[in-house]
Amino acid sequence: MISYDIVIIGGGPAGLAAAVSARKAGIDKILILERDKELGGILNQCIHNGFGLHTFKEELTGPEYAGRFIDQVLEAKIEYRLNTMVMDISPDRVVTAMSRADGMYQIQAGAVILAMGCRERPRGALNIPGYRPAGIFSAGTAQRLVNIEGYMPGREVVILGSGDIGLIMARRMTLEGAIVKVVAELLPYSGGLKRNIVQCLNDFDIPLKLSHTVVDIEGKEHVTAVTIAEVGKDMKPIPGTEERYTCDTLLLSCGLIPENELSNKAGIKMSPVTSGPIVNESLETNIPGVFACGNVLHVHDLVDYVSEEAKKAGESAAKFVKAGGKDTEGGHVIEVKATDGARYTVPTTINVDNMDDLLTVRFRVGAVYKDSFVSVYFDDERVMHNKKRILAPGEMEQVILQKKKLAEKPGLKTITVKIEAE
Amino acid sequence: MYDVIIIGAGVTGSSVARELSRYNVSVCVLEKCEDVCEGTSKANSAIVHAGFDAAEGSLMAKMNVRGNEMMGQLAEDLDIPFRRNGAMVVCIHKEALDGLKTLYDRGIANGVKDLRILTREECLEMEPNLSDNVEGALYAPTSGIICPFILNIAMAENAAVNGVEFRFNTQVEDIQKDLQGIWHLRTNNGEYLAKYVVNAAGVYADVIHNMVSKNKIKITPRRGDYCLLDKEVGGHVDKTIFPQPTNLGKGVLVSPTIHGNLIVGPTAVDLENKEGNNTTADGINDLIAKANDHVKNLPMRKVITSFAGLRAHEANHEFIIREVEDAPHFIDCAGIESPGLTSAPAIGEMVGGMLKDMMKLTEKENWISKRKGILNPQNLSIEERNELIKKEPAYGQIICRCESISEGEILDAIHRPLGARSLDGVKRRTRAGMGRCQAGFCSPRVMEILHRELGLPLEEITKSGGRSNIVLERTKGTNGGEL
Ligand SMILES: Cc1cc2nc3c(=O)[nH]c(=O)nc-3n(C[C@H](O)[C@H](O)[C@H](O)COP(=O)(O)OP(=O)(O)OC[C@H]3O[C@@H](n4cnc5c(N)ncnc54)[C@H](O)[C@@H]3O)c2cc1C
Ligand SMILES: Cc1cc2nc3c(=O)[nH]c(=O)nc-3n(C[C@H](O)[C@H](O)[C@H](O)COP(=O)(O)OP(=O)(O)OC[C@H]3O[C@@H](n4cnc5c(N)ncnc54)[C@H](O)[C@@H]3O)c2cc1C
Repeated sequence: MISYDIVIIGGGPAGLAAAVSARKAGIDKILILERDKELGGILNQCIHNGFGLHTFKEELTGPEYAGRFIDQVLEAKIEYRLNTMVMDISPDRVVTAMSRADGMYQIQAGAVILAMGCRERPRGALNIPGYRPAGIFSAGTAQRLVNIEGYMPGREVVILGSGDIGLIMARRMTLEGAIVKVVAELLPYSGGLKRNIVQCLNDFDIPLKLSHTVVDIEGKEHVTAVTIAEVGKDMKPIPGTEERYTCDTLLLSCGLIPENELSNKAGIKMSPVTSGPIVNESLETNIPGVFACGNVLHVHDLVDYVSEEAKKAGESAAKFVKAGGKDTEGGHVIEVKATDGARYTVPTTINVDNMDDLLTVRFRVGAVYKDSFVSVYFDDERVMHNKKRILAPGEMEQVILQKKKLAEKPGLKTITVKIEAE
Repeated sequence: MYDVIIIGAGVTGSSVARELSRYNVSVCVLEKCEDVCEGTSKANSAIVHAGFDAAEGSLMAKMNVRGNEMMGQLAEDLDIPFRRNGAMVVCIHKEALDGLKTLYDRGIANGVKDLRILTREECLEMEPNLSDNVEGALYAPTSGIICPFILNIAMAENAAVNGVEFRFNTQVEDIQKDLQGIWHLRTNNGEYLAKYVVNAAGVYADVIHNMVSKNKIKITPRRGDYCLLDKEVGGHVDKTIFPQPTNLGKGVLVSPTIHGNLIVGPTAVDLENKEGNNTTADGINDLIAKANDHVKNLPMRKVITSFAGLRAHEANHEFIIREVEDAPHFIDCAGIESPGLTSAPAIGEMVGGMLKDMMKLTEKENWISKRKGILNPQNLSIEERNELIKKEPAYGQIICRCESISEGEILDAIHRPLGARSLDGVKRRTRAGMGRCQAGFCSPRVMEILHRELGLPLEEITKSGGRSNIVLERTKGTNGGEL
């Protein structure tokens, strides 16, 4: 069996950044496995700009942003294999992969970094009633058809869900000459970034109907009309509020799900909230030597944070390999919890002995909060209380913890992140 | 002119076609859709029923039990995924326990083997996720689960290999008999002539029948909605779990599917519209409410898709399989509602036998009784798989990530007899697109393969024929460049 120090599964922004940082940390034998025909992940189809404001202080398109990391991977002469599907990961880090060129084979990995990204929630999972004709796409599939294949799915469009991809596609389809009639969102707020609502809907006079859902799809062979209705507090459609739109295309942008089939098969413990692995301060899963970063860990809205997180995963994996394939034992372990409006945190445990001087704890809120506070408690003591004008589920939040503060409290058991009104 | 024309390439028509392909006789199947298995045969519970439901002495009971009996050998011969997982009819009200005995007696009278009545304890031991209210159950070990698509496709494929012709996108619009007694079938694709006609048109069997007979029949589409759950929870029950039947039918069942998902359904709503296989919010809500009566902790959050099928219901709830009285040489297969899938092999045998006698058919010497299915590389060892990829590199390229379907399997599906021509055609033959992402990932890739292999422009690739095109035109910036 061939072997590598670190095998990275997925060559999107997460996988690329993890590879580069592991190399910088001195690891020689690194292999990236990517099922697509090129590196870059989902960014290859995101041809709009707005990427990299945080990382590079300039506005790049998705492919340009990915390109910067691909260049670094090439420069560092990190090995990668394209058109290669990872089929299985075992708990002892044997990775089974397959490609046309190389057949099916196994690799013993010193450490594994999961960077498989996420996928979109399909219609079926949304229980939308009606016919099942052609013309219904998840927004990302439509994005691929338009931006990569160069084909238009249709001319008259209704979009369900106001996730970022749906918003971006509303603008994209409009620029291609289609008419986007409405964007319906089940929740009373949008799941997308504020800037996308302004730039993709408002600027094109596309109506956004909050608290609305699709209640019927017409058309036996191809979509001919979609009916939406307002929903009440119970999320059930309110009779009498139906509005019918003739259209030939329905795009769904109703959430992303981390792609964790491999992780599940390997026995990695998952968070029911994020649908991604449960990780510690090193972004390590419950299986020693298996790390996770990017959208496979929890869904990100900004790729800059993906790169940051992946850098950490690369460093942690390097450390694990250098320590001879072992985690450091013992240490002061603190649990991190999310309550009162904070839905989850990444990570969920911190071993103070293993943490860097500064540690970013990322989280999301479960509803829109105005003029509220992000608070951090060390057991019962509030140690952070940051006022936020607005907190929304569509925007990932973070707090930064200092190692020296945690080290000062050897008895500290639990750190809690909460949203407080005052 | 053909000796026999069969109208409809569902499971019934295809089974009759395969039976006839044993004989020296020219047969053509006319199907209005672009593929086999586009009607009710593609949307049902896919249970190979044991046979205790149908009324004692009915043709339905006879066909059911015989079909069940034949299914094992057929599945082996035609490489159809099939497993006898057993079924339980679960009683949750003490006062209804007698009903189990009634079913048991009927089953025995119908010739169902190995039936047993289970105590509450036995039930829970077999199926720990049964409702806490379970009082007992009828257990039928001969009940099974099958892939309905492959059952239909395999019989049609095997018929085609043995010389039966299939005409798709060909809808029978009128039928006349000339003075020589020859049937003239007018279709949107010209006229077809035949000495004998078999009507296997599913929910349209009344329309076809009424074209040739004064004694009108009526088939009512009775819709059933379903939810299909993720494979992750496919093991929630092992056996097919039925409630006790009512006069509306067998009720909402919970069962594993042969491919390891969990299926919950169907509802029962009578319609006028023969194309009304849309799901409704009421239907799905009804399902969710009923399913929990007999099985507990159903993980309804794990639904990956919902769909609906139409039962071809006839008022007497009986199969009508006979030569039409006032239309000699015209054979009806009407009212083929559940257990029609189970009965298909028996119906084929029966209609084949009728035609054999009527036409004095002789058997072919070189009839091919077996069919090899599409190779499933997931059953191979790493070494075997490597050998395969060396010979045929397309097996090394995964196209559908959820079900792990390779390009090799898709190429096979396209190029075998009666091959796939649409996304749904590929999906039913290979399962590419049937997984949890519901083709979001693989559909552009499968489109590309269909485009390449069939030499069709991308704009003409459809979901399932007709006007179900997936993309409309090129984007502005592109001018006819290759994909
Ligand atoms: C459709 C879509 C549009 C988006 N648009 C924006 C946007 O406009 N702006 C923004 O900032 N963010 C956007 N995002 C968020 C964006 O995904 C993240 O910022 C970032 O791309 C995530 O990086 P990643 O590496 O974690 O995942 P990905 O970019 O998805 O990369 C994962 C890679 O892993 C590969 N892979 C997965 N499984 C396997 C396997 N078994 N074997 C081999 N390889 C595998 C995949 O092919 C893929 O290349 C979008 C996300 C999606 C899904
Ligand atoms: C909700 C539900 C659950 C079921 N569950 C089970 C089960 O668990 N077990 C079981 O054994 N059975 C079950 N059944 C029954 C079973 O699915 C059917 O009995 C069986 O599929 C009927 O097959 P068919 O070939 O007769 O009809 P179909 O599959 O409908 O085929 C008829 C074909 O005729 C074609 N056609 C119609 N009109 C014309 C025309 N004018 N010209 C050309 N072609 C035409 C149609 O396009 C169609 O392809 C269920 C049915 C339903 C609806």
